[in-house]
Amino acid sequence: MADQLQTGADVKTAPPAIDAPDAAPNGGPTSSSAPVLSTENVHVFYDGIPAVKEVTMDIPRHRVTAFIGPSGCGKSTLLRSFNRMNDLIPSAEVTGKVLYHGQDLYGSGVDPVEVRKHIGMVFQKPNPFPKSIYDNVAFGPKVLGMKVDMDEVVENSLRHAALWDEVKDRLKQSAFGMSGGQQQRLCIARALATNPDVLLMDEPCSALDPIATGRIEDLMVRLREEYTIVIVTHNMQQATRVSDRTAFLTVELDEQDNRTGVVVEYDETEKVFSQPSDSRTEAYVTGRIG
Amino acid sequence: MPDPDRQDRETRSRMRTSARQAITAAGADTESLALGRRSKSEAWKSVAFLALMLFCVLVALALLVTLIIDAFIDGSSRLNADLLTQFPSGVPENAGLQSAIFGSLWVIGMMIITVVPLAVGAAIYLEEYADRSKWYNRIVELNIQNLAAVPSIVFGILGLGLIVRGPLDLGFVAYAGSLTLALLVLPTVILASREAIRSVPSSLSDGSMALGATKWQTIWHHVLPNAIPGIATGTILAVSRAIGETAPLLLVGATVFVTFNPEGPFSEGYTTLPVQIFNWVSRPQDEFRTLAAAGIIVLLFILLLMNSFAIWIRNRYARQT
Ligand SMILES: Nc1ncnc2c1ncn2[C@@H]1O[C@H](COP(=O)(O)OP(=O)(O)OP(=O)(O)O)[C@@H](O)[C@H]1O
Ligand SMILES: [Mg+2]
Repeated sequence: MADQLQTGADVKTAPPAIDAPDAAPNGGPTSSSAPVLSTENVHVFYDGIPAVKEVTMDIPRHRVTAFIGPSGCGKSTLLRSFNRMNDLIPSAEVTGKVLYHGQDLYGSGVDPVEVRKHIGMVFQKPNPFPKSIYDNVAFGPKVLGMKVDMDEVVENSLRHAALWDEVKDRLKQSAFGMSGGQQQRLCIARALATNPDVLLMDEPCSALDPIATGRIEDLMVRLREEYTIVIVTHNMQQATRVSDRTAFLTVELDEQDNRTGVVVEYDETEKVFSQPSDSRTEAYVTGRIG
Repeated sequence: MPDPDRQDRETRSRMRTSARQAITAAGADTESLALGRRSKSEAWKSVAFLALMLFCVLVALALLVTLIIDAFIDGSSRLNADLLTQFPSGVPENAGLQSAIFGSLWVIGMMIITVVPLAVGAAIYLEEYADRSKWYNRIVELNIQNLAAVPSIVFGILGLGLIVRGPLDLGFVAYAGSLTLALLVLPTVILASREAIRSVPSSLSDGSMALGATKWQTIWHHVLPNAIPGIATGTILAVSRAIGETAPLLLVGATVFVTFNPEGPFSEGYTTLPVQIFNWVSRPQDEFRTLAAAGIIVLLFILLLMNSFAIWIRNRYARQT
């Protein structure tokens, strides 16, 4: 495990486990297992100015963890530091440690490409490739060199994303002909196809109607059995419906008037929403600000 | 537990009312928000603007049409198969363009093959890899923009010193012409390719990178295919410019009275359409003027064919996106 993120680590060969959408939940997650991700004093800077500071938190395995907070408080920024997507922004810099199964994602010798194979991401705006539905899902396994039965992986991933029945007859058609909700589920299927361990979702439902949102929420609850999920959401009901733990972030002004995001409270979702320990959390979750 | 949803709604409706009040208090004239007709002067202005635009288009079109009609009238008597099959000759009736057509096709064809990979490679580097805060990258960028404005004869001199003689020492071969023209149009194609690469939405490459694809896989599978239409457009521009170039080619070996087709890019002796046309135009006999006019038609036709091909490529790839 220790050097699994190094360049040239063994290519994964196993297809995503088959799990029919209507399979019974397998007893639910256990809370005692070690965290999948844990951050130690993480700061993220843009152009040297901190956007998020002093984040220390554990993301438990096979749970849904939600990030909530007002716009601009750094939820996306923090999320992107979990799979080194911030590396793609030239002005961004991450300090501190993000431990993935104990290994620092920002340690020397860690290949960010390898990190992203283990930690997948779904974006706020559905961003399917201008290719067929099939090719969208097959792209990941193909470029990762996974030796798998591609038809099987595509079908399983689409089934996982609760999309198979809607698209099974038009796999060769362009993904752009799908509805927004279908496109987002396709993006989830695409991320599942590479069989990641963690799935980061940045406001995956913000462009969707309540029905599509409901389907994706069901999906998250189901995917939790096999994946560790971190989701950013502006929808408080969504956080209460799908997440096990919730982190509330907000903006603090420092002496130079820099706006920096901090994690105010991080606890079981139930507790954050019913007995928040910080007054700012309470104000936010009861809708008095934000 | 309070109902956050209801509270949320209440807050929002409160905000709406107060915003409206603020606007009205600030003296906004609600009457002017009515969707009535635009004022007369506004309407007149847009008509005048449209007329001006139309005028500009018409001037450009009229010039082009005049040129083509003129060439047709002058050259139609020689616009026949002989023109295409005969070789240059001192006798007007026996003179034709075969070696010039083949020469142009070789020179331009090899130029495309040379310039596109070079330009796309440079564009990928500049857009995807170059760190703009480094001074050498900024110098490269500045130079490319300046190169686009250098007169073509300068490239001819460069070609003579660098390609025909000098380090490359190719001799007066068709590929020397291709390389010289490639250098000439390289900045244009680089600039167009950069533009094309930049216009590929970053959400696409983000999506690819997030799946664990490497940077190069992302460029190869997503950025480049989506940039092809723009690159093709840049290539069209380049070909249109290069196919009519005369001066630099005269310096790197294109001659007249070449009575054989080039055997390949590296065989000595070649001529091209504009060089041949230029030669005919400068002769005293009227028959050669007619030949030149017919030659211009042939040149335009070949240009049209090449551009159609590039447009076909562009549309083929554009449809996928
Ligand atoms: N690429 C960037 N370059 C510079 N600053 C950035 C960049 N991306 C984000 N920021 C800044 O970092 C701060 C946090 O942004 P971030 O996108 O993480 O907020 P967020 O909590 O996700 O907001 P939202 O809910 O609106 O998506 C903001 O002040 C933003 O302006
Ligand atoms: Mg965000």
